[in-house]
Amino acid sequence: MKEYKTINEISGPLIFVEKTEPVGYNELVYIKLGDGTTKRGQVLDTSKDIVVVQVFEGTGGLDLQCGVRFTGETIKLPVSIDLLGRILSGSGDPLDGGPRIVPEDRLDINGAAMNPYAREPPAEFIQTGISTIDGMNTLVRGQKLPIFSGSGLPHNEIALQIARQAKVLGSEEAFAVVFAGMGITNEEAQSFMRDFERTGALERAVIFLNLADDPAVERLITPRLALTAAEYLAYEHDMHVLVVLTDMTNYAEALRQMGAAREEVPGRRGYPGYMYTDLSMIYERAGVIKGRKGSVTQFPILSMPGDDITHPIPDLSGYITEGQIVVSRELHRKGIYPPINVLPSLSRLMNSGIGEGRTREDHKAVSDQMYAGYAEGNDLRGLVAIVGKDALSERDRKLLEFADMFEDQFVRQGKDEDRSIETTLEIGWSLLAELPEAQLTRIDNEMINKYHPAHRAK
Amino acid sequence: MKGTVYRIAGPVVTVIDVPTKMYDVVKVGKEGLMGEVIGIEGAKSTVQVYEDTSGIAPGEPVENTSMSLSVELGPGLLTSVYDGIQRPLPVLLEKMGDFIERGVTAPGLNREKKWEFKPTVTKGTKVAGGDIIGTVQETHIEHKIMVPPTVSGVIDEIESGSFTVTACVCKLTDGTELTLMQKWPVRKPRPVRKKLMPDTPLITGQRILDGLFPVAKGGTAAIPGPFGSGKTVTQQQLAKWSDTEVVIYIGCGERGNEMADVLNEFPELDDPKTGKPLMERTVLIANTSNMPVAAREASVYTGITIAEYFRDMGYDVSLMADSTSRWAEAMREISSRLEEMPGEEGYPAYLAARLSEFYERAGSVETLSGVNGSVTVIGAVSPPGGDFSEPVTQNTLRIVKVFWALDSKLSQRRHFPSINWLESYSLYTDALADWYNEHVSPDWPILRSDAMEILQKESELQEIVQLVGSDALPEDQQLTLEVARMIREYFLQQNAYHDVDTFCEMDKQYKLMKAIMKYSDLANTALEGGAELEDITSVKSKDDLSKVKFEKEFDEKLNTVLSAMDKEFDAIRGAV
Ligand SMILES: Nc1ncnc2c1ncn2[C@@H]1O[C@H](COP(=O)(O)OP(=O)(O)O)[C@@H](O)[C@H]1O
Ligand SMILES: [Mg+2]
Repeated sequence: MKEYKTINEISGPLIFVEKTEPVGYNELVYIKLGDGTTKRGQVLDTSKDIVVVQVFEGTGGLDLQCGVRFTGETIKLPVSIDLLGRILSGSGDPLDGGPRIVPEDRLDINGAAMNPYAREPPAEFIQTGISTIDGMNTLVRGQKLPIFSGSGLPHNEIALQIARQAKVLGSEEAFAVVFAGMGITNEEAQSFMRDFERTGALERAVIFLNLADDPAVERLITPRLALTAAEYLAYEHDMHVLVVLTDMTNYAEALRQMGAAREEVPGRRGYPGYMYTDLSMIYERAGVIKGRKGSVTQFPILSMPGDDITHPIPDLSGYITEGQIVVSRELHRKGIYPPINVLPSLSRLMNSGIGEGRTREDHKAVSDQMYAGYAEGNDLRGLVAIVGKDALSERDRKLLEFADMFEDQFVRQGKDEDRSIETTLEIGWSLLAELPEAQLTRIDNEMINKYHPAHRAK
Repeated sequence: MKGTVYRIAGPVVTVIDVPTKMYDVVKVGKEGLMGEVIGIEGAKSTVQVYEDTSGIAPGEPVENTSMSLSVELGPGLLTSVYDGIQRPLPVLLEKMGDFIERGVTAPGLNREKKWEFKPTVTKGTKVAGGDIIGTVQETHIEHKIMVPPTVSGVIDEIESGSFTVTACVCKLTDGTELTLMQKWPVRKPRPVRKKLMPDTPLITGQRILDGLFPVAKGGTAAIPGPFGSGKTVTQQQLAKWSDTEVVIYIGCGERGNEMADVLNEFPELDDPKTGKPLMERTVLIANTSNMPVAAREASVYTGITIAEYFRDMGYDVSLMADSTSRWAEAMREISSRLEEMPGEEGYPAYLAARLSEFYERAGSVETLSGVNGSVTVIGAVSPPGGDFSEPVTQNTLRIVKVFWALDSKLSQRRHFPSINWLESYSLYTDALADWYNEHVSPDWPILRSDAMEILQKESELQEIVQLVGSDALPEDQQLTLEVARMIREYFLQQNAYHDVDTFCEMDKQYKLMKAIMKYSDLANTALEGGAELEDITSVKSKDDLSKVKFEKEFDEKLNTVLSAMDKEFDAIRGAV
């Protein structure tokens, strides 16, 4: 491999190399520093005149005399079943003092797009033990369902609780977990590790960590490494893999930083115009393939800057993912855990994962009815603040109470409370029973007769 | 004509030393990746490449095919699933497995399959572009084999029998050979004799659409909304239940699982009109968000060209594009790589022109052969942050005649379809009035406008309620609120996942609305006659009415409810 000493400009995370032999687009690049250390980069733009390289570990310490080698291949992750139980850096080097992975294969970290024709529509119910998710925003195997949160909210606890409790009913097999931390603090990383160790989950986990003080550019490859590992475990080793990506906001910030360094025309709020496409190349790597046993389920976490769901990061994510679980500051302030606001939350794949033979025949109707009741009750809170409770009709008063009970009994649960889907639905019915029966317009009479506590008691 | 690669930056490649014309298809690099010329400057041409360009290096060979990007049109289109440049996804799966690798070409139409061709003209017939020379029974749909628009002459030989799409089935006296397949450049609209004024509604089986904001066959509609508000479900409902003969569904830069869903579901569902599996009238184009962005840009053109081709046979075709915003973003991505001067929000200055050129390809037409056909275009729009003031929504609304405004406030409370009844509009209502008059009922326009008035009134009253509470309103206004709620919940809400409710024929829509209005009349009369509001709103038949739309035996159940309603109101009157 020829080494060039022809860097003619360094700018932010980019270096510009001239007078090279032809260099391929997206190639992996090694840059050798004066002190003997090596950094890695990737070709972003290549022509006969100049090659533009983004340097993952940052350009700190680089000068025009550094040696540059082009490897002729794209970035690959060495994979083997021994990845399980390992903690790796954001660019895939061991952080746990263990040996390098002896590769069984080396896989392109960008992955290739799954042929839509090869996809099996996800439909297997995953019980997370959390009522607001299982009951009203059901997760299925092969789905990508992000948590939209805000700074200081307990999204990590929720993610951990899900990782601990997630199971497919009737299948004993636990999920393998691939965890990618991007720009998270050392403290957050520690608490994740501790939980993984405490529950013994580490044995079935692969962890990639890019911490807050690691170079931002590296974050662009961390989720791709994680997903490559996940696909390998799912499709070569038939495992069901749960991928936790946190915090996608830090990833998107790194993307914006790169765009600015390249002096690109920015899109909305300074984020690159191609951010939708870029994010989709990550999120779309969830799924189930016809005829293969394993699956990749994604649980990305992102903090909404300023709690604003219309900010480009949650917005573009929501346009790609199959729903979102929204964590609410208001519920958190009320002391409710998990503070999941079901109203803006959604699971797009819920309908295929629930019902007779999967969860229970009344699941959909119960969920719809609770949505309607809670939405209306919640609206009335605004009105009560103005006109007082006395000005409300009887119907409205009931709805108002329903909203309070819903938060207190259905939403609120313990950090280690693993509710079965039956328990979740039973709590739902006990709350609905407080509303006049004529008001349960979303539920068939047949279901009411079968499940409504008033009828069942008879 | 050969040249070399000069520069690679993502999907945009600059090539040199090869003469090109705009939109020529070129083969780039050692693997011959397909691309299209989108700019020329001196000896350099800019090419958008339809596959991943990783690893391509300057100096690699480039070949110009000198052909424009075209689609193959002929028997075999129906039931197909293509990517944005008409490569059949099942063939790609066979050739390279579950993940799409690059460098594989696959023709749009199967070359081996033989089709039974029945000529409808004979030797000596004079034919011109667009004329039908024979038919092939493709699925339940008869595929009309047409003379390509640019060809004319006199039939010299024509044969019936079994042919592949590339075999000659007909010779003209000048030696021109015609095959079952023809090609057409996607960026050029197929010609028609003239455009007609649309006068028939596209019946979709969706109450809020057919009932309040209908689109005409050959018309255009846009459905903008934030994520999760129901664009895709609505588009899929339209693809399932619209009363057109052929449906083209373009998944443009959206989710893979949604495509898998359609593929799974459509073969199992029957067209309510023909009783045949929906897939048999459908062509699916699936260029998901993670597939190459240049092919996403092309997907919309591939789709509309196929739609025009079936229109030319005299069919009514509907096309759904989900989402046109992703198409616009593909344009933006490519344009910014070209370092073009950006317009609003980074979109290229030609955004508005491209959008209107696309929607202009919709229409009710008289074809070259003198029959009538239509293409209805319905585009989903995905505005960032749900803000309709952004360029794609705004430029689209300037062109389309129907606006179905999705509203996240409605979807959050699970009011589906979450189409806002106050913001949405259809500019076809007048043009379609005669049709509704004749085919539904002369009193339909009145029912419709009464319902709209009540909904409008509700929104005004709600503002007052927000300040004083509903109990403070006079009783007649409280009743108006109740009727408005009935219109919303009983009529407008429609569950796409309910076996019965997913499709509602026009007659049922009419009867349902009429029943609600009947309650409204009885209730208002009773109230004026001095009855208690409480008694009026708690009649059991009213609650029962909420559930009739879910019943298989709708007419029967509705009649039971209506006669119960008469009795209940008689009783109320008696008590006063
Ligand atoms: N007509 C409908 N009936 C029932 N549910 C619906 C309907 N329309 C939308 N939904 C629900 O809303 C969710 C989001 O709809 P979708 O069409 O995917 O939104 P968008 O494409 O605008 O992001 C669906 O997964 C479904 O649960
Ligand atoms: Mg959608």
